[in-house]
Amino acid sequence: MIGLEHYLTLAAMLFVLSIAGIVINRRNLILLLMCIELMLLAVNFNFVAFSRYLGDETGQVFVFFILTVAAAEAAIGLAILVVLFRNRRSIAVQELNTLKG
Amino acid sequence: MFQSVLFYLFALILLGAACGVVFSRNPVHSVMFLVLTFFQSAVLWLMAEAEFLAIVLVLVYVGAVMVLFLFVVMMLEVKIEAAKRGLTRYAPLGIGIALLMVFELVQLIWLRGQGFSGTSGFAATPEGYSNTKALGAVLYTEHVYAFEIAAVILLLAIIAAITLTMRKRPGLKVQDIGAQVSVRAKDRVRIVKMDAEKKQ
Repeated sequence: MIGLEHYLTLAAMLFVLSIAGIVINRRNLILLLMCIELMLLAVNFNFVAFSRYLGDETGQVFVFFILTVAAAEAAIGLAILVVLFRNRRSIAVQELNTLKG
Repeated sequence: MFQSVLFYLFALILLGAACGVVFSRNPVHSVMFLVLTFFQSAVLWLMAEAEFLAIVLVLVYVGAVMVLFLFVVMMLEVKIEAAKRGLTRYAPLGIGIALLMVFELVQLIWLRGQGFSGTSGFAATPEGYSNTKALGAVLYTEHVYAFEIAAVILLLAIIAAITLTMRKRPGLKVQDIGAQVSVRAKDRVRIVKMDAEKKQ
């Protein structure tokens, strides 16, 4: 029977995969944003699983708010990305060293 | 039993799609794999009887956020060659961190989870239970302030995204609506009082 531990393990694997993605793809800003979305999805898995396990809907309300904030974050992040590309003609992370002094 | 087989099948597709997001060379393929990941997550949430969130995930994420990602990825021409070089260079570090975290998390879940009695499955929901109704009953009563704050956050995101990406191009011949509306008659027409003159 599928229970809490199965969902938690799946969420842990998804989270770890997205962490590896952030380290591997740290040249590409768009892929970094996508990996952050994956991490938030893994966290949402945990919330849903515990909400079902404890029989309490508050966990699912939290998932609702996380989805809202993640959508806002994606919109603002992509807007910043577009402005960055317009100003510098590139979104390579290693070229973003203006603040280094 | 059938449910377990379905769970493992969908979980396998989910992890495969997540691998596709991380290791794909082409950013457009990454976005497509991310869409597949969200679909599989929605199916798994349906299996966990979180129906409302599953539908919201498909509508909001696949329908809106992923389309936004796709637009941006296709708008910016990203050089695939540059991404390729980084993949092999940082792969050992990434895999090392991933293995470390797998070890820690699995240990945490399986060793500390003995008291969960989680392997027996989730408790069955009562007859006539509606996930959407239950969620709404909690959302609009207990969490109504958080709900309003979420609305403000979305408004903030709209304003921030528009102000960031809007640009004024100089030398464009457009109407200034505000100046047109706020104009007064005395600025345009001057009435001069003078005596009538006799025709020559």
